[in-house]
Amino acid sequence: MSVITIERKVLAKNDEIAAENRTLFERHGILVFNLVSSPGSGKTSILERTLEHLGTELKVAVIEGDVQTDLDAQRIARYNVPAVQIVTRGGCHLDASLIRDALQKLDLSKIDLLIIENVGNLVCPANYDLGEAFKIVVVSTTEGEDKPLKYPGMFRSASVLIINKTDLLPYINCDLAKLRENAHSINPALELFETSCTTKSGIPEWCLWLKKKIGKPGNK
Amino acid sequence: MHELSVAENILEIVRQNVPQGEEQNVKSIKLRIGAFSGIVPDSLEFCFSAITEGTLLKGALLDIEHIPLTGLCNTCATTDRLEYGIFVCPSCGSGDIKLLSGTELQVVEIEISD
Repeated sequence: MSVITIERKVLAKNDEIAAENRTLFERHGILVFNLVSSPGSGKTSILERTLEHLGTELKVAVIEGDVQTDLDAQRIARYNVPAVQIVTRGGCHLDASLIRDALQKLDLSKIDLLIIENVGNLVCPANYDLGEAFKIVVVSTTEGEDKPLKYPGMFRSASVLIINKTDLLPYINCDLAKLRENAHSINPALELFETSCTTKSGIPEWCLWLKKKIGKPGNK
Repeated sequence: MHELSVAENILEIVRQNVPQGEEQNVKSIKLRIGAFSGIVPDSLEFCFSAITEGTLLKGALLDIEHIPLTGLCNTCATTDRLEYGIFVCPSCGSGDIKLLSGTELQVVEIEISD
């Protein structure tokens, strides 16, 4: 009997490519975030409101991940920003190599902010580093206040939580204070925003935070 | 949910590390899996046996070392085991916890029979 010692992370290959992506983003001075949520929380709608609010202030590009169709990329393309669609054909998450391939279709010298909209799934995307600066998790009020407790991995790995669909609060049984408390019990450092893509409430605050994170965009 | 792609990653690591002609002699692959890694060990074993069926690696077993979720409390400096997804210090109740273990997902070694 012989033993070969390996001691290698199973996802080491993904982590290596993510590190290459990160180096590339830093070289071009691009802030990248990875937007995650369950299906239907409003990731694409938040993106649309964000693009509307930012206008031409920042040079934004979007990578859309979906199991099937390029419907989301079509929605984003209406805002005249570069949008690349990744179709995973059943794959439940984006990985770093898919992002590396998608970057070939973007002119990185002309981007301040790259938003990657992950496949709607609160489990698997938590484990795959894409090279982003931070993960942003979206939860909608209709999903209930216990979502963070049910999916602790995702809420622990994110830096920001956007609670979306706040306009529906009068009509549903969602305890907003409890939702905030649950999220902070999993991750006390989570920054919190509360938005409605219908009334646009909370969108200016969220965009202000984004702009502060980017600092002064370069002369691109 | 992504145990199949994780099983494929493990298979690739095994193939990269086992000398040529030895694949059929692989007896077991030792893994270290943390309680908070997001991986369901039973599901991973099922996926691994499914993708090795009909290959030289058929019958190779996954020998899984389960690593508990532990954290260091930044308030009272106690190190303790945590329940899945509950980041509260069992000693003082603080939520300011630094994870020490539980997110592992590693191939440790491969056992080959002579």
